Amino acid sequence: MRKLAREVKIMFQGKKAIVIGERDGVPGPAIAQCLSAAGAEIVYTTTECFV
Amino acid sequence: MSVVIKDCAYVLVHVPDFVRYGSKPSRDISVNGKEGRELEKRIYEHVRSYEEAVAYPPNQVFIGNIHPDELHNILKPWYEHPLEDAKREGKFGEILGEEEFYGWVRIADDFNLIWLTPDFIERIRDKAASSSFLTEGDLKKLGSGVPLGKILDKVEHDFALPLYYKGAIVGSVRRDHDMDDSLKAHVLLENIFAKASGALVMHHLFRRANLKPEEVDFVLSCSEEAVGDRYNRGGGSLSKAIGEMCHCINATGHDIKAFCAAPLHALLDAASMVEAGIFKNVVVVGGGCLAKIGMKYSGHLKHQMPILEDVLAGIAFAVTKDDGVNPIIRLDCIGKHDIGAASNQEAIMRSLVVKPLNKIGKKMMDIDRYATEMHNPEVTLPAGSGNTPYTNYKLMGALAAMAKEIDPKSIEDFVKKKGMPGFSPTQGHVPAAVPFLGHALEAMRRGEMNTTLFVAKGSLFLGRMSQLSDGMSFLLERNPQGMK
Repeated sequence: MRKLAREVKIMFQGKKAIVIGERDGVPGPAIAQCLSAAGAEIVYTTTECFV
Repeated sequence: MSVVIKDCAYVLVHVPDFVRYGSKPSRDISVNGKEGRELEKRIYEHVRSYEEAVAYPPNQVFIGNIHPDELHNILKPWYEHPLEDAKREGKFGEILGEEEFYGWVRIADDFNLIWLTPDFIERIRDKAASSSFLTEGDLKKLGSGVPLGKILDKVEHDFALPLYYKGAIVGSVRRDHDMDDSLKAHVLLENIFAKASGALVMHHLFRRANLKPEEVDFVLSCSEEAVGDRYNRGGGSLSKAIGEMCHCINATGHDIKAFCAAPLHALLDAASMVEAGIFKNVVVVGGGCLAKIGMKYSGHLKHQMPILEDVLAGIAFAVTKDDGVNPIIRLDCIGKHDIGAASNQEAIMRSLVVKPLNKIGKKMMDIDRYATEMHNPEVTLPAGSGNTPYTNYKLMGALAAMAKEIDPKSIEDFVKKKGMPGFSPTQGHVPAAVPFLGHALEAMRRGEMNTTLFVAKGSLFLGRMSQLSDGMSFLLERNPQGMK
């Protein structure tokens, strides 16, 4: 598990992220928080409705 | 005192010539220039005939001729398996054709925004005259028409939109201000469509509920539009406009805005007014949403299937004090998604399902049926938008499993027994659980069902003022006096 967390952190460290959440799935802010914790810089967050 | 839903009505209006004016198709057509014109032609080639729309099984469920469970027994795709004995008239309302709807639109127009040619006016006059809802006064509003040359000139030189029937221009809708985006032709057309279809469904409601228009005290519109002007965009009021068209001379009203959850907010507001003794008869009405027509057309074209978002939908409900017969709204079992609550799906569903039921000491399995957002999956899946009702039912089943009410292996059984297939047009506010209300009222009056929890969510974040979601729920229960 720790190894996976390290790999995720390496994957997102220093990267810019555009986050699009989904109404019936995961909201944008929740995804943004995860990516931010993994070291990504969030440049835009939104949630959309596709129905 | 208890509050009941006395009755309800549902209508569909088939508008194939207006798929081009849905928000998504119209944007794609206008942005792409010559390609846009070809796209417009291609879209028109994929719309359905009126007869096909009437015989489409989910549409027959919507107007009450078959139960949602019967969709389990009809082969998919449903659009290739029409009902042989499908009728235009339904237990809860009807499916109106485009030609007749033009008459309703013209009658709904108090500002001479809609111009129709004299030939077309004469063509629709007989149809309008045959409607049992329209009066002599209404028919006079059809007028005598405007010459085609004047209509084409208005389209070419004054930002009017052409109006089509069977692909040919039969009229136009004009703007009513040269600089106001809230009064441009497209917006006014959306608003008039919501008004006309709202009036149609309200007339059906009065007939079904045996309610006289003059007995209505208050009208709440939960439609999806933004009636207003440059100083007060979305200010309203469609409720009074629909009420006026239906002769509710003793009523006032206002509009409820809560994205797709608006019908549940409006029903709760209506029930509160009646419970508090402020008003006796409150009507909740939702007209059809032109902007959502053809929203997922590209997915349908990609899969070589008909464009299924070709119908406007209208919904209406009469809320009154307890009559000892009709199902009651349990005002002690209201679910809401609080501002401080988390917005993940589990948290939303806990707020809307588990929390209100716990308040009255009920468990999830105590409820006979759950009505969630009843989007027809045949419309959404080809566009990659998922199967909304199924996803919601699975989550509810998972919550029942987490509460150890069912075995985790039984979640699919929960979905089948407590849920139902989606059958509603994807008109935003319309699928918001309430399409099942008519079926629930019937089953409860017959004594075949005791409870249904109605659950709907709203995507507030789409307006860019908050990242919040929204949701409401209420429990409908068989009238205990009716059980004696």
